[in-house]
Amino acid sequence: MRVERRGRLVAATVGPAALFLLVFFLVPFGVVVIYALSPAAPGGGVGPGFTLEQLGRLWNADYLRIVGRSVRLAAVATLLTLAIAYPVAWAIARLERRRQLLPLLVIVVPSWINLLIKNYAWITILRREGLVNTALTGLGITSEPLPLLFTEGAVVVGLVHSYLPFMLLPIYAALDRIEPALIEAARDLGATPGRVFRRIVWPQSLAGVAAGCTFVFVLTLGSFVTPDLLGGARGMMIGNLIQNQILQVRNWPLGAALSVALTVVVVAAIGGALVLATRAQRGRTA
Amino acid sequence: MRPAARRALFGTVLAFVYAPILVVVVYSFNDSRLALAWQGFTLRWYRSLLASAEFRTALENTLVISLSATLLATALGTLLAVGIHFLRFPGRRALQALLYLPVVMPDIVMAVGLLALYVATHLTLGRMSVILAHVSFQISFVALVVGGRLQGFPVSLVEAARDLGAGPLAVLRRIVLPVIRPGIAAGAVVALTLSVDDFLITYFTAGAGASTLPIRIYAMVKRGVTPDVNALATLLLAFTIGVSLLALRGVGRRGGTEGAA
Repeated sequence: MRVERRGRLVAATVGPAALFLLVFFLVPFGVVVIYALSPAAPGGGVGPGFTLEQLGRLWNADYLRIVGRSVRLAAVATLLTLAIAYPVAWAIARLERRRQLLPLLVIVVPSWINLLIKNYAWITILRREGLVNTALTGLGITSEPLPLLFTEGAVVVGLVHSYLPFMLLPIYAALDRIEPALIEAARDLGATPGRVFRRIVWPQSLAGVAAGCTFVFVLTLGSFVTPDLLGGARGMMIGNLIQNQILQVRNWPLGAALSVALTVVVVAAIGGALVLATRAQRGRTA
Repeated sequence: MRPAARRALFGTVLAFVYAPILVVVVYSFNDSRLALAWQGFTLRWYRSLLASAEFRTALENTLVISLSATLLATALGTLLAVGIHFLRFPGRRALQALLYLPVVMPDIVMAVGLLALYVATHLTLGRMSVILAHVSFQISFVALVVGGRLQGFPVSLVEAARDLGAGPLAVLRRIVLPVIRPGIAAGAVVALTLSVDDFLITYFTAGAGASTLPIRIYAMVKRGVTPDVNALATLLLAFTIGVSLLALRGVGRRGGTEGAA
């Protein structure tokens, strides 16, 4: 009786959302996996049967170049974001607590701005007739406008600009937990600032660094909008290739195979970060 | 870090983050279609934007889609968080883990999956398909925010009420809801801004008829830099920042009064 009533309560609370996630999240991903293992139909779409052909086709020089560029641009953007975010997070964490709120808010607000708008802003700055080229030619530094837009560099700038808060907040959270007395004690005992950083600050901030790097790498690796608007044909990443295969070429199996590959890399990156984080946690408590 | 070095660092990063956005906002008021130089203040880009039929359709679609999706996702996500917190059932841990998947799954993969589902089931693409798509990524955010609010909420309190004869609905209304209401509001705001801002999943699932404001911005940007885009971008920017700041203030105030009580 009691068990039956509890079952009904579970069905009433958890049931609707679980059913919704099953139909509109798990099933769609299942369909993608099935499509990735299906042959392409001649007229577009999916043919009957089972094949590893599509997964094999990923090992094609053109696709590998785009996958390679995606990983490279995501890694460069992640490292640059880390290089900018770390000192800023440190500067904020060292302020008096009541003075930390404003700089944090200033950093968080841009993450509420639509990605399209942030990337569009860079178009107005980097294009041929944009602010940078107008200034450079106007000052006589260059005679011809520089090709700044539709480059890998433009994509990296757009990615760093968009995802900075995702790196900064976890690092700030980690740095903020460091006991200031620990640093003062090390200084009093004669440790140089460099040694204090290497032995105290950096090790204790690793969990935040790992979290921030995972967020930014995963978000940038799967990006579509930024390489589409700022990279053009030369800055194409996996997301653009998937969109191109599904919506333009209508090769569903290949688009699905690329989606599965992207998901595998993303899940592996997150899993790796989780393992590192738990190991670091265990190392500290031991 | 010395104060001078800190100021230089903050200043540089601030300029990098805000200058590009400021350029868009400033040029939305510039009285010239092409010139980079300031030609005087005007509101004509806003007037021409508000007068365009495409903008009105996109605005209407955005409002209908985002409000419906947020309502549905808030209801489903809140119930889910309450069930996971107070009840023990087989598959509970798996469900908890499943909640994080839509958060980390790349948008493009969710977009491909949903379109594949819609094509396979012959669902007509339009407002309905977009609403369902939005709910599928919103539920997790609502459930995680409400779940955070429930953390530390004693299960024994609910059990005591049940032992004293309160029915499940009464417990939910009189004991649970008052405590998690700020969490529900915060979750709904997060869900709403995610929905209003979403481009990629909408782009895949909207078909021709249900273009939203971000889809409109994308189409305009693809055609070139024009003052109308600056105006539309500024409006959307003002909306999301405004809503988020209001929500932040609301959460802060409620947290404050509760701390005092």
